[in-house]
Amino acid sequence: MSDRKLNPQVRNGSGARVDLMLVSEMVGHGAKVLDVGCGDGELLQILAETRNVDGRGIELSREGVNECVAKGLAVIQGDADTDLADYPDDAFDYVVLSQTLQATRQPRVVLEHMLRIGRHAIVSFPNFGHWTVRMQLLFAGHMPRTDILPYSWYDTPNIHHCTIKDFVQLCQTVGVSIDKAVALNAWGSPLRLNAPWWFWNMFGEQGVFLLSRKS
Amino acid sequence: MNVKPTQSELVRDQIVRDADNPRDSNVARFGADKPLKLDAGVELSPFQIAYTTYGTLNTERTNAVLICHALTGDQHVNNVHPVTGKGGWWDSLIGPGKPIDPERYFIICTNVLGGCMGTTGPASTNPATGKPWGLDFPVITIRDMVRAQAMLLDHLGIETLFAVVGGSMGGMQVLQWAASYPERVFAALPIATATRHSAQNIAFHEVGRQAIMADPEWKGGRYHLEGANPRRGLAVARMGAHITYLSDAALHRKFGRNFQNREKATFSFDADFQVESYLRHQGISFVERFDANSYLYLTRAMDYFDLAADNGGVLANAFRDTPTRFCVVSFTSDWLFPTPESRAIVHALNAAKARVSFAEIVTDKGHDAFLLDEPELFAIVRGFLDGAGKARGLPWLSAKK
Repeated sequence: MSDRKLNPQVRNGSGARVDLMLVSEMVGHGAKVLDVGCGDGELLQILAETRNVDGRGIELSREGVNECVAKGLAVIQGDADTDLADYPDDAFDYVVLSQTLQATRQPRVVLEHMLRIGRHAIVSFPNFGHWTVRMQLLFAGHMPRTDILPYSWYDTPNIHHCTIKDFVQLCQTVGVSIDKAVALNAWGSPLRLNAPWWFWNMFGEQGVFLLSRKS
Repeated sequence: MNVKPTQSELVRDQIVRDADNPRDSNVARFGADKPLKLDAGVELSPFQIAYTTYGTLNTERTNAVLICHALTGDQHVNNVHPVTGKGGWWDSLIGPGKPIDPERYFIICTNVLGGCMGTTGPASTNPATGKPWGLDFPVITIRDMVRAQAMLLDHLGIETLFAVVGGSMGGMQVLQWAASYPERVFAALPIATATRHSAQNIAFHEVGRQAIMADPEWKGGRYHLEGANPRRGLAVARMGAHITYLSDAALHRKFGRNFQNREKATFSFDADFQVESYLRHQGISFVERFDANSYLYLTRAMDYFDLAADNGGVLANAFRDTPTRFCVVSFTSDWLFPTPESRAIVHALNAAKARVSFAEIVTDKGHDAFLLDEPELFAIVRGFLDGAGKARGLPWLSAKK
């Protein structure tokens, strides 16, 4: 889904995308992982190299898929909104949705499918509650554009923006438990852990959540 | 009176000779002790399989790649064809330095059951009569073809295949291999294919078969015995089929509405247009190397193919708990096996929790794109096989890692 998701260019010293490193740290060794919207396969490669996972991917863009398959990754061309329904229950340990939730037509349905297919879900998304976003709308009076939300309102692939607070509410509505949550600031560093939600919602530029079914 | 045989008779007789004793091929012969059990409920015995190989089988016997040919192909996948004098039909994909490299893999390509290039088919000699089988040959299926190939592998002492690769009817064989012998197939690469032949495809095949049967030279399928050869019917069948292998865009780019060797229309039914002349050439050159009855049997085998129906109506059941890794490839302009057919395979494999990759390649070359120079296809095949090779522990790949 690289053609309709943003590409946070926040990378660490060794060139890896910080949010992907965070995601990979949440995945158990040797797990079975489905990466929904896997782009050029960067996360799948990190997972294969550092976590020895059995990784699969779904990607909307043809270029992304072909690049992944040519790298030897198991990736299919497909759409999170329609194709997750084909996977049976409990097919994976983790289903990852990295920077794609806001581009799906039915985020709630996608989230429910993720936790049906996988025991755990990992979701990362840009926080629309970040103070720079709020400031642009409040004072400049136009739809916000930031480093990780670089599109104009008329050509954005993102149709369901949410804030960290909104996402926490969705998790409560759907009935999933939040096992771990991290907010990253504009430089890709995690915000301090004991901060209250309102602080994350204001100062987190991205949220990364590890979820599981409520038992 | 000594009558000189016509060109048509010479061609027919050569096809009969090739059906029993193929040129430039290996032949495995199976006697009465090893009959081939057919889906039609009969046993075929004796029978033979003609095949070619390229490269060397490693000592662990883990690098064998089976190439499955399409409807009108044969075993000459990577060598000069003894009849046409042209190169192998998949020279673009196979060869030193190419994605399927004989320096790495032991490549096997068989002539399918029902074919006419040395594997038993309707042009082969029926041992009961000493004459060509003709329509007495039992109707065969894709599963029968795969069963015969499995017997050849047993004969060659190859327990498991590293990969099975094929396009179109070859892709059907790949899928059948994975369904029938999951433990024997490490990686499967079905290209431009489907798990069942659609009603439209059956309809096209029926037109081809009727063209052959409408030729008075067909003689109820007994043309071998009656000194005839239904070459006009076979040529028309081939012309019709050939259109389905291309796309309007590809035909237009190649020929447009250009005239052939003339400035204007002749107001006759000569081949005024280049596209007509091209199709006539395709039809005529096809009859030089192909047996009309073989065409009937092979198209029938494709028509009967329905992997879901064979598995209780649920396609995923064909691949339940499969250990095979799959890579499915389709082409945007293929209207014979369009992308939704490939997606159905992928959905079933997902439902079966199989390890599957799927890529659709943008091209206007139609179904035949799998045989042509498609760099994206080559990159995908190479990447998929390299990845599978690492997982399989093939030495040159694991050493590189």
